[in-house]
Amino acid sequence: MGMAKILEVREENPRMRTLFLDAAMKASPGQFAMLWIPGLNEKPLSFSYCGEGRVGFTVAKVGPFSEKLSQMKVGELVGVRGPFGNGFKPKWDRIAIVGGGCGAAPLGFLAEELARKGAKVSFVVGAKTKGELLFAERARSAGAEVLVCTDDGSEERKGFATDALKDLLEKGKIDAVCTCGPEIMMRKVFELCEAKGVECQASLERWMKCGFGVCGQCAIDGFLVCKEGPVFPSSKLRRMREFGTLKRDACGLPLKA
Amino acid sequence: MVELGVELAGIRLRNPTILASGILGVTPATLKRAAKGGAGAVTMKSLGPEPRQGHPNPTVLEWECGLINAVGLSNPGVEAGAKEVAEAVKKVKAPVIASFFAKDAAEFGVVAGRLAAAKPAMLEANLSCPNTIREMGIPFAYEPEHAAEAVKAAKERAGDIPLIAKLSPNTHRLKEVAKAVEAAGAGAINMGNTLGPGMLIDVDARKPILANKAGGVSGPAIRPVAVRCVWDVYESVKIPIIGTGGVGSGRDALEMIMAGATAVGVGSAVASGGFKVFGKIAKEMEEWMAKNGVSSVRELVGVAHK
Repeated sequence: MGMAKILEVREENPRMRTLFLDAAMKASPGQFAMLWIPGLNEKPLSFSYCGEGRVGFTVAKVGPFSEKLSQMKVGELVGVRGPFGNGFKPKWDRIAIVGGGCGAAPLGFLAEELARKGAKVSFVVGAKTKGELLFAERARSAGAEVLVCTDDGSEERKGFATDALKDLLEKGKIDAVCTCGPEIMMRKVFELCEAKGVECQASLERWMKCGFGVCGQCAIDGFLVCKEGPVFPSSKLRRMREFGTLKRDACGLPLKA
Repeated sequence: MVELGVELAGIRLRNPTILASGILGVTPATLKRAAKGGAGAVTMKSLGPEPRQGHPNPTVLEWECGLINAVGLSNPGVEAGAKEVAEAVKKVKAPVIASFFAKDAAEFGVVAGRLAAAKPAMLEANLSCPNTIREMGIPFAYEPEHAAEAVKAAKERAGDIPLIAKLSPNTHRLKEVAKAVEAAGAGAINMGNTLGPGMLIDVDARKPILANKAGGVSGPAIRPVAVRCVWDVYESVKIPIIGTGGVGSGRDALEMIMAGATAVGVGSAVASGGFKVFGKIAKEMEEWMAKNGVSSVRELVGVAHK
């Protein structure tokens, strides 16, 4: 692609901002782009909005790159390469979306797309506290049933998103689950789905370099997260020993996930 | 039936395609998939004495005629890496080549010794990374004396494991370098590393795109240069050559072989062909050979010189 102008910066919550870029890209929920700040770094971010000639990326300040990105202003330029990878592809009617913290970034977009296709969507979103919830209102506007969980009980249910998902699965009203968030949460979501025989699609994250499947840096059990993921279905998640247990740093050294 | 099997310094490959170093090979599991995709041998990403993060992103980019990269030799270090080599040797159903680099000849010896203990089929001394000049100096493969020193030190510690010297197209002394590494004990030559370095500048950003600014150029754009380098090396030495640079089809591979290569390295073509590109290339070679009445690929090595 190349450089794109920032058209709008939107505060999503006190921790997270969305940058809308002037780029006519066609991306599906779960796909990502590499965002480049010249002289600093380039990192993968999933699309949180897409359409009408612009794309949105929602960032939290977690390191020097995201800090700089979230401080950028309307009119400034950001490099963007992509879209890369495979997004969520649920072909079912009743879908639960489970997001945690800033991992919920692609899930508002997903809720809108699924609702538009006529799916019945339950949007389960968790965060540490009320102020860090992401896209609950957006999902509600799209017509989804929204279940909010906060670790500190400052909004709706006190507890984890996985607790709310467990209740939903118990009621037996879900055909498939799409999840993005901390890996430990996604692992739990996957296990809950497996116990009930429900399809799970999880958006995984590993250290990324090329973004198009040549460097091998992002491999998880031999699967390339950038090209074959980042969203993987249950059939592949089942074959991953490293899902929820092991990732690699910039050197390629194995670390606990 | 046509025969695609070749022998490289005593190591048998079921076909001439080799996964090039720095492509996919960060983990044993990806090497296993490359072998399953048809690779005759697989090379693990270069390991050095210590863990290295490499350069910040952007590190690898696609452009109109290939790739450009400056990953900067990121690797977990030989201590952790040797364990992964040993695991790969156990799990991968094709010869595993352990690539390595170092900043001086003595270090080449140390790293070679530690990797040899993991029992890879072959060792590959990466004498030619063009992306770490600021930190590690001019690549060994640019000068025959430097290349020979590194190969000699590595050879002394490699035991009975054959040693490949990976050379660079970026030297005017290529023939001398090839002769020097042969004399120093290399069992094969990989010809070679990326071309350049080159540079891409984003016009709107008014800045080089790679974080390292410059990076090695690979893919279809460099194939004619790689073929000529293989040609020159074939005229200079007796040891077998791995022809690397822009090979993406059976015809590309045959071109390298006719220039003098015994096997071919495949790297950038993985971007479009994925893990299965090796099997695709081998199949296309097989078809051409069957059509042209060639029973063994070995008959074609260097035929363009005749």
